[in-house]
Amino acid sequence: MWDYTEKVKEHFLHPRNVGEIENADAVGMIGNIVCGDALKLTLKIDKETNRIIDAKFQTFGCASAIASSSVLTELLKGKTVDEALQISNQDIANYLGGLPEEKMHCSVMGREALEAAIKDYKGEAEVIASQEKIVCKCFNVSEEKIRKVAVENHLTTVEEITNFTKAGGACGSCQSEIEAILKDVWSIKEPPKPTPGPSKKLTNLQKIALIQDVLEREIRPRLQADGGDIELIDIDGNKVIVGFRAMCVSCPMGGVTLKSIEEKLKEVVGEEIVVSER
Amino acid sequence: MKTLYFDNNATTQVAPEVLEEMLPYFCEYYGNPSSMHFFGGQLHRKVEEARARVASLIGAEPEEIIFTSCGTESDNTALMSAVETNPTKKHIITTKVEHPAVLNFCKHLARKGYRVTFLPVDTQGRLDKEALFRALDEDTAVVSIMYANNETGVIFPIAEIGQILRERKVVSHTDAVQAVGKIPIRVKDLSVDILTLSGHKLHAPKGIGALYVRKGTRFYPYIIGGHQERGRRAGTENVAFIVGLGKACELAEQHLQQETEYLSRLRDKLEKGLLETCPDVSVNGDTAYRLPNTTNVSFEFVEGEAILLRLDEYGICASSGSACTSGSLEPSHVLRAMGVRNTAIHGSVRFSLSRYNKESEIDQVIAVMPSIIKDLRSLSPFGRNQLTPNRCPASS
Repeated sequence: MWDYTEKVKEHFLHPRNVGEIENADAVGMIGNIVCGDALKLTLKIDKETNRIIDAKFQTFGCASAIASSSVLTELLKGKTVDEALQISNQDIANYLGGLPEEKMHCSVMGREALEAAIKDYKGEAEVIASQEKIVCKCFNVSEEKIRKVAVENHLTTVEEITNFTKAGGACGSCQSEIEAILKDVWSIKEPPKPTPGPSKKLTNLQKIALIQDVLEREIRPRLQADGGDIELIDIDGNKVIVGFRAMCVSCPMGGVTLKSIEEKLKEVVGEEIVVSER
Repeated sequence: MKTLYFDNNATTQVAPEVLEEMLPYFCEYYGNPSSMHFFGGQLHRKVEEARARVASLIGAEPEEIIFTSCGTESDNTALMSAVETNPTKKHIITTKVEHPAVLNFCKHLARKGYRVTFLPVDTQGRLDKEALFRALDEDTAVVSIMYANNETGVIFPIAEIGQILRERKVVSHTDAVQAVGKIPIRVKDLSVDILTLSGHKLHAPKGIGALYVRKGTRFYPYIIGGHQERGRRAGTENVAFIVGLGKACELAEQHLQQETEYLSRLRDKLEKGLLETCPDVSVNGDTAYRLPNTTNVSFEFVEGEAILLRLDEYGICASSGSACTSGSLEPSHVLRAMGVRNTAIHGSVRFSLSRYNKESEIDQVIAVMPSIIKDLRSLSPFGRNQLTPNRCPASS
């Protein structure tokens, strides 16, 4: 069961502005019945002031899709076209008091229908689908859309992209491609991570924290993947004492494991680190 | 608000008689059946009584029953045992419409190097037997086919298949979680080697299941440790829940015939009522060979989650094969395997009944459904007059 806010339930059970405006000045249709959700947005716009006088919607979809559409029409009424374009998918979700992560794509559908409607109003040609590179073939999601949604919503993981666009959510074969796109998107904008190097003079507390961090993040998951494990028993100056656990206890490769842990710690914490087993 | 519960293929209410029988085994008789002292040892008899009750429901011998923690454990154990005891054979046959407990375990084995054939079903959800016989070869270690499908209720011809598999000396397993307690099952007539059943689908609590392993079938345990269940399933016996499962099976056996008739009458009334009062509705699955308690109906042009949440406003509980309710973004793998139109899958709703449903509850569903569907359709940009694509533009 989804954890919907009262606002979502309210707009789902009593949606506002349902229907289709006749002789609409702008029509935006997004999604299709096969993929599980679709939204048709129609707007009446005052040509002199560019102000949206009326907005109506028809939605095929789940509760959050219906609520997102209903809220969108509320947000649009009275705004100028330029003001309307400032409404982001996050604004739609916020107005609803938030949406479950997995349902964020419903708010994105609202934003997309809005863009499509305004493009229609301005007489801008739709981007021809075949010119876009489709990344997710199951849900017909283009690379352009993934990049756009990632930047607008600060998304950094494939899972987040799936929640917001559905891409990668069915057969999953495009997930590595999405990962590559995300790397590309964020490598430009993310400041390079400061690399903890041996050059830094660490306090004892920092050193202990760093050793714990390396063991937890890098060493233990690898050992656990093979059924083994280690425990950090003590740190005495530069001496790191660990105990083998699980499959590692009886593993004949124990010495090699110890050596590789030491190498990793030397690299990250400092050359002077020595690792021994108790 | 009163709850009108029509989701009994998901889980069932624990029968009050079952709970009553279980209660003394928490605080009063809490011993370990393996103990040497009388206090613990006396429970052994109670566990064996439950085993006999489970066996009786499916026409098995008590020593052919192993208690497990759930249906999933039983399914995993059955498949693992079959491949462990046939180490030279690397082929597994199952269907596209199995429960994830079988489906995903087979996919797991496929990643380990096994060859897995997923058999198709036809548009009515019926198994393609010819495809099964074509897929069988010398390398086949196990064939695992569900007794009845959880989403549509369609019953597979397990007896017929079992006969052939026995002749071919292939281990046969059936996931009968949805069937046991709802329709008569006599394992002697089935020729299956291993059968899965689960407590919480037949008014026992969640967290207890069982496995029937035909005498003479080679077996290898999945959970390894102590000597419990004659070394076939380690772990201290979950006495209270085993007692509960035993009682639930006894109740099911006592009331089986009468319940089958009662449930199918109610189900048919519900189905007929929905078909008559709502336009553009169809039934998914073969209605001739079907569990008496299950109906799966598709409401075109509307989405399942929206239907369920509107029903929820009336306290009515059902489930859907729509993508939005599946936890993944893909709609029901069962309805897709049947080739049901995507538009109909998204609007599918399953009602599954139990002995606790009343006829007046059926009337209530029939009374509220037309306005819910009409409402949601008025919201929908699609309808009978619009051209709706039948395939996703990009996928096929």
